[in-house]
Amino acid sequence: MRTTTFTRTRIVSLVVLAAIFVVLALLPTFYHGYWITEITDILRYAVLTVGWVIFSGPTGYMSLATAAFFGLGFYIAAVFNGPLPFVLVIIISGAIAFIVAMLVGALTLRLRGVYFAIFTFALVLLVNSVVLEVERLVTGTRGRFVEQESTNVAYWAMLIVFAFTLVCAVAIRRSRYGLALQSIGEYEEAAAHSGINVVRTKVLIFATSAFFMGMAGAIIATRRSYIDPGIAFNMNTSFLPVLMAMFGGMGNLVGPVVGAAVFTYLGDYLLSHIPDLFMLIFGVVLILAILFMPNGIIGLAQQAWRKIRGGGGKQLESEPEGGRRAPAGR
Amino acid sequence: MVAVRDIIITGLLLGGVFALVSVGLSLEYGVARVLNVAHGEFIMLGAFLTFWLFSSVNLNPLVSILVSGVFIFVIGWFLHSTLFRRLMDSSPSLEVFEGQSMLASFGLLYVVQNIARLIWGSQTHQVLFLSRTVTGAQIPLNRLVSLGVVIVIGGAFYFFLARTRMGKAIRASAQDPTTAGLMGVNIHTVLAICFGLGLAMAGIAGTLISTVYAIQTNMGLQYTVIAMIVVVLGGLGSISGAMIGGVILGIVSQLVTYFQPTMTFIAYYAIFIVLLLVRPKGIMGK
Repeated sequence: MRTTTFTRTRIVSLVVLAAIFVVLALLPTFYHGYWITEITDILRYAVLTVGWVIFSGPTGYMSLATAAFFGLGFYIAAVFNGPLPFVLVIIISGAIAFIVAMLVGALTLRLRGVYFAIFTFALVLLVNSVVLEVERLVTGTRGRFVEQESTNVAYWAMLIVFAFTLVCAVAIRRSRYGLALQSIGEYEEAAAHSGINVVRTKVLIFATSAFFMGMAGAIIATRRSYIDPGIAFNMNTSFLPVLMAMFGGMGNLVGPVVGAAVFTYLGDYLLSHIPDLFMLIFGVVLILAILFMPNGIIGLAQQAWRKIRGGGGKQLESEPEGGRRAPAGR
Repeated sequence: MVAVRDIIITGLLLGGVFALVSVGLSLEYGVARVLNVAHGEFIMLGAFLTFWLFSSVNLNPLVSILVSGVFIFVIGWFLHSTLFRRLMDSSPSLEVFEGQSMLASFGLLYVVQNIARLIWGSQTHQVLFLSRTVTGAQIPLNRLVSLGVVIVIGGAFYFFLARTRMGKAIRASAQDPTTAGLMGVNIHTVLAICFGLGLAMAGIAGTLISTVYAIQTNMGLQYTVIAMIVVVLGGLGSISGAMIGGVILGIVSQLVTYFQPTMTFIAYYAIFIVLLLVRPKGIMGK
């Protein structure tokens, strides 16, 4: 699908990307302030959004379980950080999210898309009540104190996880799995007939995306001193990545990152200035974004760019929906 | 034996409300193809309208069933004929529309919930209405009344679907919107009515819930999840399935609550998983 020809623009964009990463990595050595926390937050949502897009972008299966995997990581960090080293905690969180996602995926991904959306939607509340129940029976507590990490450590950890997520996302898109996912999204039966093990591919990629979400959760938890299941399994964590991906556009990986950055910054700004209206404005923006920019910011930008270049003869490539134009196979 | 009898009776009473909520969602998804994540928010809206009328002008909750039903029907009609109709026209296929409309309903969820929070705050409220118990079984009268209302509405709705022209148009549109349109059904009107009716049922259920339970502006989501489980349990898009599923879930809920209240949601989910493994089409699914 995407051949790896090293054109000049590709090299330039790689150099720019590397430069951005170097600057971000060195930032805490010469700057100490609010933006470290803010960028950590942006990177958190970027990881969640890119993780979500890895699976849901090409297949069109709408996963609403992000909060479940994120929350699992969150809770595992609360339990294990301190006794175990931070790096190990992050990896364990990702691994447990991976295993849970495998189970959920194996159960539901044989079914049609709507069942999957409903199942994952309810999963967040299920994991929440299971954790509450386990806490009630085993420790008799509700909520825990977390062994904190410093701002800079969390920042670097999040940056590394983000880079890892991005590299994996690109690798998956270019691999056979990426192609398989794309064809599953376009027409699942045809994909199955051409020899793709549809269920295995879906389950594996779904679990991989959960891995990143779990790691992000573990890192964010160490920025707090106290957590309880209500904080860990917040439904917004499921909705926001979908919103950010929609807003940014799912055709490529720049869109979700841009969407995450814009919305996280906007969200934090609104939250600190008009906390009462924050979620209300969010809802309105979401509805407007769906109505007026179905291809996201990046889609709009591409459209504008094509107009400027005057290439009127060449029509839009037929994948602005991120491969969601599946035929109504019912 | 007394415990068993009480569980079954209270389960039936709760199941009636669940059934009403789920029939509403089933109309929205089965006919209008909107998997409305904001469904529960309209339950909340109905409940708070009732509370507001009850506490300010002391309006009988049975009267405010009409108020919340009609008011929320109009909201649903308006939403469908502006937002969802536009989305439907711009979506290349039904699958895309389902995805887009679900996302739009997230937006609705935020909007409705936060407007309600601005008006009514986030504390708990209660409508005290007919809370005395009837002799014999220790069943509060308000629960019996709400079951009666559910039965009346369910019967009326069944008659509406089976006997009227509009009901026929709705059934035809549920089976195949395009063909129904070709047969002269004004498809956009029918879908808007269905969406409005679905929301109105949520609103009425909200009114009934407000007479029995304490209400909060963030109460909607749990009912949305229950309704979704019930709709899958009964079969996506099946009205009678949603009724049966609602009653089953109501009884299960009371049964589990009797032994261990914190396990209720886990029990719902267990049913859900077993169902998906054994019969993913649902009880009445085609």
